[in-house]
Amino acid sequence: MITKDEVEHVGWLARIEIDSADAEGYATKLNSVLEYFGQLDEVDTDGVAPTYHVADIMNVFRDDVVTDSLEQKDVLTNTDSEQDGYIKAPRIM
Amino acid sequence: MAEWMNISTLKETISGSSAAEITASYLETIGKSGINGYTYVFDGALERAKSIDKDGHGGMLAGVPIAIKDSISTKGMPTTCGSKILEGYVAPYDAHVIERLKVAGAVILGKTNMDEFAMGTSTESSAYGTTLNPWDPKRVPGGSSGGSAAVVAAGETPLSLGSDTGGSVRCPAAFCGVVGFKPSYGAVSRYGLVSYANSLEQIGPIATSVEDIAVLMDVIGGYDSRDSTSIDKEIRYQDALVDDVAGLNIGVPTEYFGEGIDAGVEKSVWDAIHMYEDMGATWTQVSMPHTKYALAAYYVIAMSEASSNLARFDGTRYGPRVDGENWHVMASRTRASCFGKEVQRRILLGTYALSAGYHDKYYLKALKVRTLVKQDFDRALSQVDVLMAPTMPTPAFKIGEKIDDPLSLYLSDVNTVPINLAGVPSISVPCGQVDGLPVGLQIIGKHFDDSTLIRSAFAFETNTDHHTMRPAEVV
Repeated sequence: MITKDEVEHVGWLARIEIDSADAEGYATKLNSVLEYFGQLDEVDTDGVAPTYHVADIMNVFRDDVVTDSLEQKDVLTNTDSEQDGYIKAPRIM
Repeated sequence: MAEWMNISTLKETISGSSAAEITASYLETIGKSGINGYTYVFDGALERAKSIDKDGHGGMLAGVPIAIKDSISTKGMPTTCGSKILEGYVAPYDAHVIERLKVAGAVILGKTNMDEFAMGTSTESSAYGTTLNPWDPKRVPGGSSGGSAAVVAAGETPLSLGSDTGGSVRCPAAFCGVVGFKPSYGAVSRYGLVSYANSLEQIGPIATSVEDIAVLMDVIGGYDSRDSTSIDKEIRYQDALVDDVAGLNIGVPTEYFGEGIDAGVEKSVWDAIHMYEDMGATWTQVSMPHTKYALAAYYVIAMSEASSNLARFDGTRYGPRVDGENWHVMASRTRASCFGKEVQRRILLGTYALSAGYHDKYYLKALKVRTLVKQDFDRALSQVDVLMAPTMPTPAFKIGEKIDDPLSLYLSDVNTVPINLAGVPSISVPCGQVDGLPVGLQIIGKHFDDSTLIRSAFAFETNTDHHTMRPAEVV
């Protein structure tokens, strides 16, 4: 069972601000889903390998050839916080 | 008056008149629409059609209109994924499938509504309003590609593209009485598709006939080095349009007719299977014992992948930004205010399932169950050529009926998600109606044997008329 405090902690990990007043409501809805997930415990998976994806391919490489990429100006059209070819963001630390 | 037209009729009409005339008539229909299927209508569509008229009608889809799910990047057009967090974002590049469509001469009419970030079965979680089902405006069109299926059913486009992570093409196709196809994993490049759960999803076409699905697949399918999960194996979809199922071996998985299935849906699907028998096929019941765990495994995996994929939406490079004293607070507030509740829930659950102490219990366990589900498919499909089952256990439900109870909404995906876990191809074709609402027959094939699946669906379409049934306002 996920507690109200855990919801707030997971919110921080996921960078989603959760108001203390809403945490209880979140916990109730999340717990009903987690309870459903609990049925996976019934399955015997001893010795079963995990499947990350179904395509039988690994380590896809391409030749080290320079190709065109998006123009910087095209990428920056989607921000209002452009300065000197960079995107401005609040300080991290 | 809205009209259903297939590609061959459209191409004939275009060569007799013009692509511009066709595009103008679709734009007029869209202008009168009351179903909220489009989130954006391209104001340059008519110009594009005119330029195709000028250049000649050489391409496989020359002058043929198409609508694109709003999770597929289309240069110069908004790509919102049904979310406020991408409000105002205009894609600076084309997805692989869009490049292919442009080369083939298709005319993009606009972008279609969807559940926010494709997380839903009803299109009700879109930040841009619910799309209505053209068969009954009080009902959902299905989801998450609800807009893409509804606009085809309503005659607002002959073709559309959706994406299918756990049934998001097949479910709305079934609910709206049209054809929807999820190709084998790796058959269509995901380059330019906004990722939700990338180990599960494929871009897939929606149309009013299997024939049109095959044409569209021949345009968008094939290898692309920009998607590292793209598989370099050619499938010639139109070559599979053969009306012959003599000797076809059909498996009917008992578990797909389980608890909660509507009696009318069950009957329509069995009628279809018996129709195949009349056409020379045989059927046998098969068991896929891990089906009951597929839904839980699917949601753990999808949410875990989503929590990672959606980390990029942080208010830094695009979309709205809610101020905060440092980056973390800014990102946390932006995501809290711009993601809808269901997206937040799935990111939180995915983050929880991947966090220290829970990774093995949820995520790793789900990946192992995925292996068992996939082995069920391998085993069943080694005995038969295709599997047949209902796409959805019920016809379209009412708007508002399930949206407040996430779990009940998840349960309606029970017959579609196992297919994505296994990566096999699957198509939904109309096979009847219950109380005036369409029912979808789901045909499932072996990985990269999409041809047998298309042949099976085409033969059914050729020998029945379910696919000709259309909503009252459409001729």
